[in-house]
Amino acid sequence: MSYITIFIAAIFVNNIVLSQFLGICPFLGVSKKISTSVGMGLAVMFVMTLSAIATFLIYHQLLKPNGLEFMMTVVFILVIASLVQMVEIALKKTSPALYQALGIFLPLITTNCAVLGIALLAVQKELTLLESVCYALANACGFTLAIVLFAGMRERLSKSRLPQIVQGTPIALITAGLLSMAFMGFSGIGH
Amino acid sequence: MPSPKRKISNNLSAMIFSLVGVSVFSGLMLGFVYEQTKAPIQAAQNRLELEAITDIIGSDYDNNPFEDKTYIYDDNGNKLEFYPARKDGQIKAFAIKTFSNKAFGGKLELIAGFGINGKILGYKVVNSQETPGLGTKVSEADFAEQFRGLRPQSPAFNVRQDGGEIDAVTSATISSRAVIDAIRKAYNAYRKLSSGDKHE
Amino acid sequence: MNSISRQNLTRGLIRENPIFVMMLGMCPTLGVSTSALNGLGMGVATLFVLILSNIAVSLVKSLIPDAVRIPCYIVIIASFVTVIDLLIKAYTPALHGALGIYIPLIVVNCIILGRAEAFASKNTIWQSILDAVGMGMGFTIGLTILGALREILGAGAIFGYRFLSADASPALLFIMPPGAFIALAFLIIIFNKLRGNK
Repeated sequence: MSYITIFIAAIFVNNIVLSQFLGICPFLGVSKKISTSVGMGLAVMFVMTLSAIATFLIYHQLLKPNGLEFMMTVVFILVIASLVQMVEIALKKTSPALYQALGIFLPLITTNCAVLGIALLAVQKELTLLESVCYALANACGFTLAIVLFAGMRERLSKSRLPQIVQGTPIALITAGLLSMAFMGFSGIGH
Repeated sequence: MPSPKRKISNNLSAMIFSLVGVSVFSGLMLGFVYEQTKAPIQAAQNRLELEAITDIIGSDYDNNPFEDKTYIYDDNGNKLEFYPARKDGQIKAFAIKTFSNKAFGGKLELIAGFGINGKILGYKVVNSQETPGLGTKVSEADFAEQFRGLRPQSPAFNVRQDGGEIDAVTSATISSRAVIDAIRKAYNAYRKLSSGDKHE
Repeated sequence: MNSISRQNLTRGLIRENPIFVMMLGMCPTLGVSTSALNGLGMGVATLFVLILSNIAVSLVKSLIPDAVRIPCYIVIIASFVTVIDLLIKAYTPALHGALGIYIPLIVVNCIILGRAEAFASKNTIWQSILDAVGMGMGFTIGLTILGALREILGAGAIFGYRFLSADASPALLFIMPPGAFIALAFLIIIFNKLRGNK
């Protein structure tokens, strides 16, 4: 699989949010404003790529040689949780500006199933280290694209008058559905 | 057991002790369940594949194709699983687990069955991400029936749009081509092996 | 059963329904609800994990220091998820094929950590079990309804039984990803309408 194909497939064809339904919680929760959604997207990109490297090394160096593949879920979620903590501490110490921008999103990422999902999928697809990193980065880009587009639509929506019954979650879901439909147009790309 | 009102304090040894305790307990529990379910999981997987193989190539054999499986390689060096069906030691038919990366949703995996004369007996899709209701129709009997008796190297083994005799599934030509691609890949890998020296 | 127990049991069914009101556990909700059976399977798997983790958390709540409680809860939950994953794989392989990656992802289903933190860490075992059963049932019912709606509209079938004739074509959109969002949106509208009229 070439790296370009990984990117195109992950961003457009099998968009992680809109067609694989991973990371729906932040997608619906942190998408009221474009600025916050960009922050969330960048934070996810950072953590997802790092966790892909960490989980790859742990799986192939520690779990697989010892026949402990079944411990994967437990170990991965712990790795991700501690990674998020470490990133938070490191950012606070080294780059206060970046911490200001991403800080509040980091704790939310632990429960973002996209991060764990990508780590598990990379193992399932038997990717190499470099492919895993590409795969994680590409999916994170897909996540960012989807959440920023969605936030833009919701910003416009908030200014329009809606029937009371669809306000809030229902209209957000319908918008997401339309966005997902638009992304379906990309399927079959590369044929 | 301590009463619920007494809380353990936040000192370091208590924290380490409780984390280690929880992890050890979780490890032991998982190890136990893993050992208990190992055999049933393997059996369930074998049964699924064996059922698929029997569906495709019939049951006119006396070995266990699953236990006799070997590996063959396609032109790009990908490993395909090869299941021989033997009767009285003679190979009667064989099934190959193969795939195509040219499907609409990416990868499509199927088990294809061949007679010893090289004619297709049938196939069964085991894994695909095709569009529900359109591309997934390549798994259905109406489409699959057309393959029976065809030879993968003949020009007829193509969809009509490409000059062959197979009617592609409506609005799912790409998925239809992927099935053909996967089966051809399997057959070529088999040919490469049988033209070599060490096949029986 | 006294009124507090009853309240703990029924809270998750309607008033704080995880799917329609709390909007928790959206990933599996949208991802696996392509048929009523998948929805039911996922719901029951989550229900079991929820009961087990609520029991475990309620048992160990006084033994774990506050500072490390979240990591401990996550390990407990992840272990039970793996147990359920192995059991499903061993005894219902077809369901395992359909639910796939979403089974390990029960770990990050906010409902489970949410109930452990908000309820089981503060209440007795018995009340925690009731809470887990209520929440789990609410989740299961919601998922099954969503799955059934998508299956009826998108595949012309219910629990695998096709009631449309072979040449009739159902609204495929509903078993594709966009249909998940749209079907859920309309279910929430209906749910709110019904609840508002009570």
